[in-house]
Amino acid sequence: MAKLKPYLQDFWRYRYLLKNLTSRDVKVKYRRSALGIIWSVLNPLLMMMVLYVVFSQIFHTMQLNRGEVEVNFAVYLLTGQLIYNFFSEATQTAMGSVLYNAPLIKKVYVPKYIFPLEKVTFSLVNALFSLIALVIVLAVTRTPIHPSVLLFWVPMAILYVFNFGVGLILAAATVFFRDIMHLYGVLVTALMYLTPIMYDVDILPEWAKAIIPYNPLYWFVSMFRGFVIYGEMPSLNCWIGTCLPSVLVLLVGLIVFKKSQDRFVLYI
Amino acid sequence: MSVIEVKDVTMRFNMAKERVDNLKEYFIKRAKGTLKFEEFYALKGVSLQVEKGDVFGLVGLNGSGKSTLLKIVAGVLKPTGGSVSVQGTIAPLIELGAGFDMDLTARENIYLNGAVLGFSPKFIDEKFEEIVDFSELRDFLDVPLKNYSSGMVSRIAFAIATVTQPDVLIADEILSVGDFLFQKKCENRMRELMSGGTTVLIVSHSIEQIERLCNKVAWLDHGNLKMCGPVDEVCAAYKAMGQQ
Repeated sequence: MAKLKPYLQDFWRYRYLLKNLTSRDVKVKYRRSALGIIWSVLNPLLMMMVLYVVFSQIFHTMQLNRGEVEVNFAVYLLTGQLIYNFFSEATQTAMGSVLYNAPLIKKVYVPKYIFPLEKVTFSLVNALFSLIALVIVLAVTRTPIHPSVLLFWVPMAILYVFNFGVGLILAAATVFFRDIMHLYGVLVTALMYLTPIMYDVDILPEWAKAIIPYNPLYWFVSMFRGFVIYGEMPSLNCWIGTCLPSVLVLLVGLIVFKKSQDRFVLYI
Repeated sequence: MSVIEVKDVTMRFNMAKERVDNLKEYFIKRAKGTLKFEEFYALKGVSLQVEKGDVFGLVGLNGSGKSTLLKIVAGVLKPTGGSVSVQGTIAPLIELGAGFDMDLTARENIYLNGAVLGFSPKFIDEKFEEIVDFSELRDFLDVPLKNYSSGMVSRIAFAIATVTQPDVLIADEILSVGDFLFQKKCENRMRELMSGGTTVLIVSHSIEQIERLCNKVAWLDHGNLKMCGPVDEVCAAYKAMGQQ
């Protein structure tokens, strides 16, 4: 514990940098667009509509209801999308964050993990805006609300940790091998199809059902939908499926990042 | 008591003969054992001590390792050998405007850059007027920085970086920014800081500037410390080299 103290002090000193960088990203993203920050809510809504039009045709026989609970496909899509987008945006932007901030890293000392952490935090802010979209859709579709909905933040908080871990590993690796940027884009798309965003697991063939539990995003989506749509508490498997990979990835990420960060400046 | 202690610092760069920056090449080369580097020593066993209140100049030709040494003292680079210890807070002026976002306004950038230097928003609130007055750019505060001229950017940057009384100020060729009036203003600000007890480490190619500001000078030559001592002795020897 005593070894951790200087790191925590360092982080505390630079907490304003984290805040400033995040608010910079929010400001710059919508600067000069007429609707500004409204896009953060509008964008997930419009994306959801596109998916709705396409996939409600393909999967029109899919049974999403569970017991008494009737589920609207729009709500189902948006919940899956929200979790998946948080992951994909956070990790993809964190990946290039160290490279992108090369001018700064070369000139001033700042703790370098701030950069992936900031991108993950910025994606969290975006995900919170998407929650507004979700509330709108829940209201429009008159989806019944369960008390468990108040726990919506639990899977998002665990996913934040998971994203930070993945982001650290990717950011460090990308400094040395730029190929990873191109490879990861493909990987993230594959992961999207392996995550039940627009389909239900039941319609999958047996072989796919066997591999899907190894995708942590599956568990995050299940937990989130459980709280928001179905009013269910997560199963033990679901807790393990979200928490275990998050802790592991965070530890590996911190170690990899710490071991390689002194060499970053020579490669960027 | 020495504020900056540089002990036997060596900095080695691996200059890859062929650039390997993709995975396939890396693994193929590694498997073949043909991953070759040419070693380049930017600094070879340099030791220095800078006492509190010193204004310490570094001189040397291009590529002699001055900037590398500054970056090591600032904590940007980790030396491959030896150690550096610095007592107190460092204000790095290695390149002005590092960490500015050109899409943000000057006002927003003052807070962002302050955070990069580790200042709290409250502190900047207090010093905001002082920063704006020093930079003389009050009329342009809400203009995005991309519309600024480079001289205007450096004015803002210098004003932020020197708003505190740091224990150590590290300056790399920064006194050559802006018009001559602003340069004078910067020099005066530096003098103010020095008289307040700030230790300064400065790199400049202008030997006159070094003679005017510094009390001690170190001369680096190809990564070796060639001479270190009072300003007149070292500067005289350095200038004598040019006359040979």
